[in-house]
Amino acid sequence: MDGRIKRRIGVLAIQGAFREHRKVLEELGAQVVEVRSKEDLPDLQGLIIPGGESTAIGKQLELDGFGDRIIEMANQGIPIFGTCAGMILLSKEIDKSQQYTLKLMDTLVKRNAFGRQIASFEADIPVKGLQGDVRAVFIRAPYVMETGSQVETLGEYAGKIVFVRQKNILACAFHPELTPDSKVHEYFLQMI
Amino acid sequence: MAEVASWKVKTGLAEMLKGGVIMDVTTPEQAKIAEEAGACSVMALERVPSDIRAAGGVARMAEPNIIKTIMEVATIPVMAKARIGHFVEAQILEALGADYIDESEVLTPADDLYHIDKNKFKVPFVCGARNLGEALRRIGEGAAMIRTKGEPGTGNIVEAVRHMRTVMSEIRKLTTMPKEELMAAAKEMAAPYDLVLYVAENGRLPVVNFAAGGIATPADAALMMQLGCDGIFVGSGIFKSSDPAKRARAIVLATTHYNDPEMLAKLSQDLGEAMPGLEISSIAQAERMQERGW
Repeated sequence: MDGRIKRRIGVLAIQGAFREHRKVLEELGAQVVEVRSKEDLPDLQGLIIPGGESTAIGKQLELDGFGDRIIEMANQGIPIFGTCAGMILLSKEIDKSQQYTLKLMDTLVKRNAFGRQIASFEADIPVKGLQGDVRAVFIRAPYVMETGSQVETLGEYAGKIVFVRQKNILACAFHPELTPDSKVHEYFLQMI
Repeated sequence: MAEVASWKVKTGLAEMLKGGVIMDVTTPEQAKIAEEAGACSVMALERVPSDIRAAGGVARMAEPNIIKTIMEVATIPVMAKARIGHFVEAQILEALGADYIDESEVLTPADDLYHIDKNKFKVPFVCGARNLGEALRRIGEGAAMIRTKGEPGTGNIVEAVRHMRTVMSEIRKLTTMPKEELMAAAKEMAAPYDLVLYVAENGRLPVVNFAAGGIATPADAALMMQLGCDGIFVGSGIFKSSDPAKRARAIVLATTHYNDPEMLAKLSQDLGEAMPGLEISSIAQAERMQERGW
């Protein structure tokens, strides 16, 4: 990719921590588009689905073919990165829930898997392919219970899978947008 | 080593609620309706503010069973209210596993001098404010989220607008002051100096700021978002209207698409009756909830 041309990255801005993702991406030199409807999707080179509430975000993706358009983008090979609620929305199956998801990743994800808010925490975790630990902020976070053969595990915490990749789809259970360390976002931008 | 209940984790949950709507609910059925409509969180209560206003007397923390049964059905975060200064109600709510505590003027204050020392708790707190000084005092005590107070239970947006405009205008003023004026500003608004410095440098509060108190329509929600808040609390506005599910959905969509008038026009259609509104001047000074706390 030509470094002189700004990469155009969408951040899904239905609900959640989209402002923080925007800030990190802009610091890394990307052009950011806040995506609130399917009309905002054309010409993006990547898309981030932020943390927030997966039901609240999913309810709006169901409307008006919005989610279907994101699935088409993924099938064309455009990289998509989900954090926390975004990981839930990318997963094929959710434990004990029939909520709407995009089903782009062959995973079974458990919601609020580490407990309620009083159990939320931050910790340093190693991530495959990244130099040095990542400070991972887990807020009512999910984890991955099962992965299909196409899914690569990039990170674990306490024996639970919290960072995964399946070709052009990337997902983590924590919030890299809440810390000053931008290496997870850099990893995503390198997928483009 | 894992660090539990850090400031980042407390303020972080509020960051995740941004652009969303937090709805007052009194039963598990209402909690399901709220979640179906796309609420990002629910506030578990015994009565909504307009009923508290009508009932009079002393309003306290909800009965634990109400909170527990709502926590059982909701997959989104569940908040609950404690009286201003009532740190034991807060301890009980933390023990029940509430995700956020609202130290709220909607309930009858338990302490007319002091608010809760919120830094002592693992669970994060949200507090009401009418101006920047009040917001910064609450953050100084450990509040990880702020909401402007408005006048709860009225369906009248005027006080919410007044409080949001006041906070935003005071933030803008701080950003234009030379540093030597900031200590005097901190003294005048009775706010911690380090937080005044933060606001002056960053042009925003150090925590998320929602709007509350009087929101009854999709247009009200979008108005507050355009005035610069991060998200919306709706109390009586949903379950005191004629079609709660439809109105809840419309308010959620209006909060996301607050800058799209055509969308807002569509969302405002065919919603049935909004909750009955109250003129602020008809409420005696002593009964105005916003006056509670300092």
